[in-house]
Amino acid sequence: MREKFIEFRNVSFRYGDNEPWVLKNVSFDIYKDEWVAIIGHNGSGKSTIAKLMNGLLYPQEGEIIINGLPVNDKHVWEIRKFVGMVFQNPDNQFVGTTVQDDVAFGMENRGVPREEMILRIEEVLKAVRMEEYRLTEPHRLSGGQKQRAAIAGVLAIKPEVLILDEATAMLDPRGRKEIMQTVAEIQQQSEISLITITHDLQEVVKAERVIVMNNGKVWDEAKPREIFAKKDELRKIGLDVPFVAVLADELIQNGIMIKNEPLDHDEILEELWTLHSKM
Amino acid sequence: MNNAIIIGQYVPGNSLVHRLDPRMKITIIFLFVIFVFFANNVLSYSILTSFAIITTAITKIPFRFILKGLTPVWFLIIFTFLLHLIVTKEGIILFDILGFKVYSGALIQGFAISLRFFLLILITSLLTLTTTPIEITDAIEDILHPLKKIKFPVHELALMMSISLRFIPTLLQETDKISKAQASRGVDFRTGPIRDRIKAVVPLLVPLFVSAFKRAEELAMAMEARGYQGGEGRTKLRELKIRKLDIYVFLVFLLVIAGMFYTRNY
Repeated sequence: MREKFIEFRNVSFRYGDNEPWVLKNVSFDIYKDEWVAIIGHNGSGKSTIAKLMNGLLYPQEGEIIINGLPVNDKHVWEIRKFVGMVFQNPDNQFVGTTVQDDVAFGMENRGVPREEMILRIEEVLKAVRMEEYRLTEPHRLSGGQKQRAAIAGVLAIKPEVLILDEATAMLDPRGRKEIMQTVAEIQQQSEISLITITHDLQEVVKAERVIVMNNGKVWDEAKPREIFAKKDELRKIGLDVPFVAVLADELIQNGIMIKNEPLDHDEILEELWTLHSKM
Repeated sequence: MNNAIIIGQYVPGNSLVHRLDPRMKITIIFLFVIFVFFANNVLSYSILTSFAIITTAITKIPFRFILKGLTPVWFLIIFTFLLHLIVTKEGIILFDILGFKVYSGALIQGFAISLRFFLLILITSLLTLTTTPIEITDAIEDILHPLKKIKFPVHELALMMSISLRFIPTLLQETDKISKAQASRGVDFRTGPIRDRIKAVVPLLVPLFVSAFKRAEELAMAMEARGYQGGEGRTKLRELKIRKLDIYVFLVFLLVIAGMFYTRNY
């Protein structure tokens, strides 16, 4: 059994006393070194969860415990040392005038000595494949490159958990692919918990576990394959079902027996070309 | 995307002047600006002029480029010269144009003042031409550092400056985008009476301000998430270092100034 890293215990949150509840009695655990995707339509409370994990917001009810510390005013700076976060808008989280300055920002805040900063910048820029852009200004970078720089900046502080709060939402398909690839590599290479928050089902494929949010409540919590199988219900709560899943459904309806719910193009191809050999 | 945006008028290069510590450059320029007013004869002026011209030559920035950059100032320089020609009445009368007498003292005085003016502008523009805005920001932070004792927010000021510098190109791109979006809806920025054109700026400024505020809010949140707690206990990646080179250059400068003072009494 893996160690619990983040615990949400009956958490409720609203933005003001007369506002509706954004999160209602939410409980879940996230373990060390795990990749969890949190998915939900707009306004389902998924981004609020991200902000609660970093102490940018505090819940009105319930408790959040990260690495053994409750999230409150006393521990918030301690917690931010091991919770790294990448936001949606690539431009509005880029603080430095060059990539290297931006990557250094988090380390400067924590008082990392300069010699070590230089080493770590080198290291993390390699991890996100941005070595050549060390001295480039933000307005000469694409959205995907800016997000990769943001990921590098977070990795530089050696966090134990990396939260991507819709980090791909404002990117074109190519940038989106770049980010998902980078993130998957990082997850494999280092012992880091990864939480990706998204409304795009396509992005949950590689996660180990998916938490589906609907109207401020945990609607379901399962493996991606199990989630994909519930197409009709997903549609009902406003999520787009990926093409592969729809195709698999149609095939089954037309009498082609697909046993495993396919997650991507390769898997469905595998199913199809081995179809006859199985019989 | 517009990639041709240059902040300020910095010309990239790797000359001696480019590599100098920005604090050293600011100090030298500051002193130069003061000492220009001490020059009082042909020799002392020519020492300062040679210093300025040699420095300019070292930067390897084409002289024509610098002169072009000074175009708006030429008018002032010539105006100063003419004013002196008319007002000063010293020395002997050189010539007489339509009953208007030009004195020798006026000619010398006008020339000296214009030269002084030209030197001031040339040398100060070299600072922005050879130093990136972020280097200037760092230098200012460092120079103002002693003011921290009287609770002057030096770090905050420098951070604000560097963030504004970082967002100038972003906001320019955004302005461009909004003006195209509004033009496609029929807003006319270029023709018509001035009053209409000023009015046309409103639908440009309002979305720009709204988005700038939104950016500021998100940026503040991102900075907080990344552990920003103000200047206390912060380390810095960009480092300013006075090297031997800087000291040599400063010594050369002191020699020039000494030479200028020596020739004052000739």
